[in-house]
Amino acid sequence: MQIAVSVNGTEYTRVVEPRLLLIHFIRDELGLTGSHWGCDTSNCGACVVWLDETPVKSCTVLAAMADGRRVRTVEGLANGGRLDPVQQGFAQCHGLQCGFCTPGMMLTGRWLLDRNPDPSDEEIREAISGQVCRCTGYQNIVRAIRWAANAEAASGEAAGAEAAGGEAGGAR
Amino acid sequence: MSQQAYGPLPRKEDARFIRGKGMFVDDIALPGMLHGAILRSPLAHARIVSIDTTAAEAHPAVEAVITGQSLAERGMAWMPTLARDVQAVLATDKVRFQGQEVAFVVARDRYSARDALELIIVDYEPLPPVIDAVAALDPGASVIRDDLPGRDGNKIFDWSAGDKAAADAVFAGADVVVARDMLYPRVHPAPLETCGAVADMDQVSGRLTIWVTSQAPHAHRTLYAMITGLPEHKIRVVSPDIGGGFGNKVPIYPGYLCAIVGSTLTGRPVKWMEDRSENLMSTSFARDYHMHGEIAATRDGTILGLRARVLADHGAFNGAAQPTKFPAGFFHIFTGSYQLRAAYCEVTGVYTNKAPGGVAYSCSFRITEAVYLVERMVDLLARELGMDPAELRMKNLLRPEQFPFTCPTGWVYDSGDYPRALAAAMELAGYAELRREQASRRERGEYMGIGISFFTEGVGAGPRKHMDILGLAMADGADLRIHPTGKAVLSVSCQTQGQGHETTFAQIVAAELGLSPDDVDVVHGDTDRTPFGLGTYGSRSTAVSGAAAAVVARKVRERARIVAAAMMELSPDDLEWADGAWRVRGDPEQAATIAQVAMAAHSGLELPDGVEGHLDAETVYNPPNLTFPFGAYICVTDVDPGTGEVRVRRFIAVDDCGVRINPTIVEGQVHRGLADGVGMALMQAIAFDAEGNCLGGSFMDYLLPTAMECPPWELGVTVTPSPHHPIGAKGIGESATVGSPPAVVNSVLDALAPFGVVHADMPLTPAAVWRAIQGRPLRADLAMP
Repeated sequence: MQIAVSVNGTEYTRVVEPRLLLIHFIRDELGLTGSHWGCDTSNCGACVVWLDETPVKSCTVLAAMADGRRVRTVEGLANGGRLDPVQQGFAQCHGLQCGFCTPGMMLTGRWLLDRNPDPSDEEIREAISGQVCRCTGYQNIVRAIRWAANAEAASGEAAGAEAAGGEAGGAR
Repeated sequence: MSQQAYGPLPRKEDARFIRGKGMFVDDIALPGMLHGAILRSPLAHARIVSIDTTAAEAHPAVEAVITGQSLAERGMAWMPTLARDVQAVLATDKVRFQGQEVAFVVARDRYSARDALELIIVDYEPLPPVIDAVAALDPGASVIRDDLPGRDGNKIFDWSAGDKAAADAVFAGADVVVARDMLYPRVHPAPLETCGAVADMDQVSGRLTIWVTSQAPHAHRTLYAMITGLPEHKIRVVSPDIGGGFGNKVPIYPGYLCAIVGSTLTGRPVKWMEDRSENLMSTSFARDYHMHGEIAATRDGTILGLRARVLADHGAFNGAAQPTKFPAGFFHIFTGSYQLRAAYCEVTGVYTNKAPGGVAYSCSFRITEAVYLVERMVDLLARELGMDPAELRMKNLLRPEQFPFTCPTGWVYDSGDYPRALAAAMELAGYAELRREQASRRERGEYMGIGISFFTEGVGAGPRKHMDILGLAMADGADLRIHPTGKAVLSVSCQTQGQGHETTFAQIVAAELGLSPDDVDVVHGDTDRTPFGLGTYGSRSTAVSGAAAAVVARKVRERARIVAAAMMELSPDDLEWADGAWRVRGDPEQAATIAQVAMAAHSGLELPDGVEGHLDAETVYNPPNLTFPFGAYICVTDVDPGTGEVRVRRFIAVDDCGVRINPTIVEGQVHRGLADGVGMALMQAIAFDAEGNCLGGSFMDYLLPTAMECPPWELGVTVTPSPHHPIGAKGIGESATVGSPPAVVNSVLDALAPFGVVHADMPLTPAAVWRAIQGRPLRADLAMP
C-alpha cells in the first residue's frame, strides 16, 4: 500500500507492506536511525516519536496508521542548527549514558514542557514513567528536563524584558 | 601530576546522542545487506529427530538456511564458552533450554526472515526437563550434557575457599550461630539495546569485518579466529556505540557466528538483531545462586566466622564469563568488610535446562552474591542479638590501620576507611532521627524500614599471574600518539557502553600532559585501530585501561623531557615537570609545553644518541592487584501490609572509589546501580515453570524499575586513593549494583519485623511481601500456585 507521511516537516511517499511497523518505516525506509527499537511490547519507550502532537511507541503503531499524519523524531528536535533546550539539558545534566533511550526520553520531555512549562519533579517522573532507562537511574533525566524548563523560563523572561525595553525606547 | 583536567566535564559522547546521531549496530546498513533470524526451541529438553528446511528454502526472499548439520560440516556446530565448556551454536543432537538456537534463516529483509522461520519443521522427542537446581543433582535426574564424554550427572564442579577446620573450630566455640537459606534469583541484565551483529565477509580478500554488540572486541576477535578457522589478522571486530552492556555483551553468541557463516555462504553482508524475548530467554543471565549462610559471633556482637554453601545454577552450558581460575567468580570475598577469625565457603555448579550464563549484570564476578549473603547474615545476627544493625557493623568493620588487609580467603584489600564511610552515610541519612520516626510510626501501625548495607568490592581484573579468560591474561594495552601540534590520540582496548570513556580517558591523558581534554581524542571499539586488551566489564576500565592511559602518558612525558632538554641545550636532570610543562629548576619561566616539545620532536632537532624522534608511546598495563572500592548504603522504605507494596522513600549512598576523575560520571554510574538494586530487590526475576518455560521472556513479565519506583538518590563521597593504581582510582561501574540490593531487602525486612518475618527472598513483590507476612513465603525461581 502507498502511504504519505510528513516526518520532521518533509513529505515522504512510500509503498509499504500493510504490516510494516512505524519504527521500521522510520529507521529502515527513511534511514532516520535516531529512534530505537527496544522491546516489541510498548514497555521500554526507546521507540517514542510524536504522531501529530502526541508521543507514541512506534513499535506498536503501523506505518499505515501514520498515513496523512505528521511524525516528529529526535532528528526533528533541533530548530535549524539550534539545539532544543531539552537536548541541551540532557548534555548539561548528564541525562544520558549509553544514549539508547535518550531520543524517546527527550521527545517526551519536549511534549511535557509544551503542555506544562513548569512541571514538578513528580510530574516529570510521571511523564517518563512509560519509558525505561537502564543507565541513569532517572535522576539526571529529571534534572535535564527541569534544566530545560528553567532555561525556557529564563529565555522567556529575557525576551519579555527585551520587548519591554524596546517599547520603552531604552538606550542600548 | 596536575589534576586540573579532572572534574565534572560534560561528556564528549553526548553531542552525537542528543542529536540521534549515535551509531549502534542496528543502525548499520550496507549495500546488499541481508537479514538473519533464528529459529529457537520451544522445549526445554528434547531430542531432535529431524529438521525439514525445504519450504523455508523455497521462500522467494530466502537466500540461505543454516542448521546444526550444515555448521557441523564446517566444524562449527559447537563453540567454546568463556568457562572452557562448549555450547551448541545450532543444536544438532538435543535442545537443552527453551529458546535455544536451532536454525538460521538469511533473507532479503527482516520480515521475510521471520516468515521463513515459520516454514521450518522440527520434529522433537521431548525429554524430562531438569529445572530445579537441587533436583539436578538427584541420581535419577536426566543427564543434560550427554554430549560430554564420560558424564553421568549434572554437576559441573565443586569448589571451595578458606580454611574449613579453622572455621569449624570458630563455630564450635561461638556463643551465637545464625543460619539461613537464601536465594539470589536469576535475573537478566536487559540492556535496552539487544544483542546483534553485521558480518561482512569479503570473498576476495578473505577478510571478515564484524560490527557487533561486544564489551570485549579483542577477546571476540580471538574467539572468532578459533571457531571459524579464519586467521586472526584477517578479522576486524568493530564494537560501535553500544546501548548498554552490564555483562550481557561479554560472551559470543550463536547469532554472531551464524551471521558470519551467512555472509560467507551468500557473499553479502548479513545483519542479525535479536528481539527482546530472544535477549531475555537465551543470552547471559545473572546470579541464580542458592545459598546457605552461617555466621558465628560472641554474645556482645563480635563476629567470629562465616560459612557458606552454594548451589550455583549455570544453565545448560557453562558460559560464565570470569577469570578461568575462579569457577565461582570472586564469591569467596564473602567475608565482606569485617574482621573475623575464619571463613569457609563451598560452591557446587550444576547444569539445568535453562539458558546459559551466570556472570553478568554488573556483578563484579559474583561479588554481588557475596555481598548480599554477608549483609543479610549480619542483619540476621543483629536481629538475633537485639543489636542495632549499624552498631553491629561499626563494631566489626575493618579499621583504617589494618590496610592492606589480607582477608580469611586470601584477598588483599588495598586500602579503605570503612568507619568513616558508614558514619558519613548515617549522618546524611539522619540515622538516629529515622529510628525515632520508625518507633513512633510503629506505634501508629505504620511499617517503615531502615536497611543498611556495607560492601567491599575487588575490581579491575586482573593480575596476569592469576587472571585470564581462555588463556588470555587480563592486561590492557594503550597507545598514545602526539601529533606535531601537540594534539593527542589515545587508543585503548576497552569499549564504552555508556561509561563515558571518551571523556574520562581524555581527562586522564590531559592531566598527565598539561593538555586540555579537548585536545585528546580517544579511539576505542575497533580492533584494527586499538591495541589488545580484554574489554569493559567487572568495573575494569578505569582500573586497568585507565591505568594504562596514565602510564602511557607518563612515558610520553619522560620522552618529552629528553627532547625538551635538547631544545634548551640542558641536561634532562635540569628539568622538572610542573604546571603542565617541563621547566628549568630554579627558573620556572623557562619552560616547554608538550605542544612545543611535540613540534620539536618531529623537527630536525638533533637528539641524544639512542633517542628516537616523535613522542608516541605504547604500554601494556598489568595490574599488580585488584582495586577495592567500598561504600555504605542506607535505604528507607514504607511497606503497606495490606497489599504488600513497598515504596522506597529514600536511598543514601556513600561511595569511595578512590580518586574521582570525572565526579559527574561517577555519580551517574552510582545512580544506575542503585536503580538496579531497587529493581532486583523488588521487581526483577526470571522464573520457570515445571516444563522449563521461561516466565520472564518479555518486559511485560520481567519488570524493570521506572522513574516512579526510583527515589531521588542521595549521594555522599569519601576518597581513599588506591595505593597501587597510577592515579589512585578504583572501579565504580558496579559498586551500587553490588551494594544496594541488600540495603533494600534489609529495609523491607526491618519494616516487617513486627510481624516476626526474618527473611524473604527477592524479588519482594507485593505478592511476596504479603505472603511473607502470612508466613507462607514465595519461592521466586519456580512458578508456584
